[in-house]
Amino acid sequence: MSKVKVFTKDLNLYYKDFQALKNANLDIQANKITALIGPSGCGKSTFLRTLNRMNDLYEGVRVEGAVCLDGQDIYDPKIDVVNLRKRVGMVFQKPNPFPMSVYDNVAYGPRIHGIKKKQQLDEIVELSLHSAALLDEVKDRLHKSALGLSGGQQQRLCIARLLAVEPEVVLMDEPSSALDPISTLKIEELIQVLKQEYTIVIVTHNMQQAARVSDFTAFFLMGELVEYGVTTEIFTNPVDKRTEDYITGRFG
Amino acid sequence: MNNRLKDRLATAVFWCGAGAVLLILGFLLAYIFLHGFKSISWHFLTSPPETIRAGGGIGPQIFNSFYLLFLTMAITAPVGIMAGIYLAEYAKRNSITEAIRLSIETLTSLPSIVIGLFGLLIFVNKTGWGYSLMAGALAISVINLPFMVRISEEAIRDVPDEMREASLALGASRWQTIWRIILPSALPGLITGGIIASGRVFGEAAALLYTAGMSSPALNFNNLDITSTTSPLSPFRPAETLAVHIWKVNSEGLIPDVRQVADGASAFLVLTVLVFNITARWAGRYIHRRLTSSQ
Repeated sequence: MSKVKVFTKDLNLYYKDFQALKNANLDIQANKITALIGPSGCGKSTFLRTLNRMNDLYEGVRVEGAVCLDGQDIYDPKIDVVNLRKRVGMVFQKPNPFPMSVYDNVAYGPRIHGIKKKQQLDEIVELSLHSAALLDEVKDRLHKSALGLSGGQQQRLCIARLLAVEPEVVLMDEPSSALDPISTLKIEELIQVLKQEYTIVIVTHNMQQAARVSDFTAFFLMGELVEYGVTTEIFTNPVDKRTEDYITGRFG
Repeated sequence: MNNRLKDRLATAVFWCGAGAVLLILGFLLAYIFLHGFKSISWHFLTSPPETIRAGGGIGPQIFNSFYLLFLTMAITAPVGIMAGIYLAEYAKRNSITEAIRLSIETLTSLPSIVIGLFGLLIFVNKTGWGYSLMAGALAISVINLPFMVRISEEAIRDVPDEMREASLALGASRWQTIWRIILPSALPGLITGGIIASGRVFGEAAALLYTAGMSSPALNFNNLDITSTTSPLSPFRPAETLAVHIWKVNSEGLIPDVRQVADGASAFLVLTVLVFNITARWAGRYIHRRLTSSQ
């Protein structure tokens, strides 16, 4: 039943002379939630950003190896990066809504991909806000600025914005680390619902969150993928000693 | 105790510095306005100047100054914004970019009289236009362009990176990100910077002496034909501006009421620049509020 949606093969990444990722080989299962955990600076966010080529935005970044989405290497020069980022979307640590109305924020994605008809946009906006569990809270202020929402609402808005472009994979880079516990809980519930339609990869420095939310967990340390497996196995029966040390809090 | 005394002394010194700036500006403005406001009247602001009799005005000069400003901005704003976008979004750190920055910085330090003489050679003589608004606008564009580039680049850089990332992560192209997110966000900064640059253009004199010229033909404000030289809309006619006129009446000294004319013109000029600067700050704040809250 499980299919591999994304996999990396011998992935190495260099920031100028510094090697941030060392020979990462990881399979991401379709329609499952994979958590990436590890101490600060271990490369989990860097790894996440290779999956939608956001690392391309930085000068001095060199990538070796392959990252394959549905079997196709996304670092192939013939690949359309713009289309890739439509299929593989990202939610960032700090909510970053555009300085526009809630409606325009969610409609931004569809508009840039060519959808112009108002009725169509209206439907997409409503559906996306509903999928992000935000519609009830904003339906009376759709055309007011998104900057007036609370942090948790803004983050759900960013998720709605992302869902409006109908991605296949959703990448989340510590999506609730800047939010209060109640918003965090809402986001975690949302992620559980989303996995039915999307493949989710979430980076988190909160181990309890990884244990609560994910189906599979990958542990990174100093650029290396140390261990990967079913979440319950990793947290109860880790194979590698380093994993065990991290999970029991001996460092981190 | 020694430390506290030093601290208090330093605070006092800094206050004095700021106070000195305010005092200088205040004194200058007070002097100019006191002497000049007496001469300002509707008649003064709309009549043409007299060459040897008293009672002349600065009407055509005011029109020329604004028209020149309009032409200069029409040329430098688009080019400045395009160059600003390039420098802020596309340029990598290499020798070509360094060369561009060096050129821009050098252009800002060229003396305006030298640019005026350059304008005389190229825009007046070589093109055969003679003294003209167009020649003046092009000369001022050389001076104003680097400022517009710098203003644009700063306004665009001020847009936070998270906006760019968010847009690109949704599958937008670079151009879409620039057009839909970055430029609208940078707009307040661009407008504020543009208005302040306008203030400087409005008061420019040295570069216009030998390009836009020191005379203005008899203008028929009813004639809207751009090609005719008596039409005020024609850019190919001599067009003495306000600052140049002040210089001219003072150095020629032919008219008996030279003091009134010069003082009145100065007061009007300074007042306009002041209005530009105050409007710039107000407009920037207002647009920013409108864009972020009620959109």
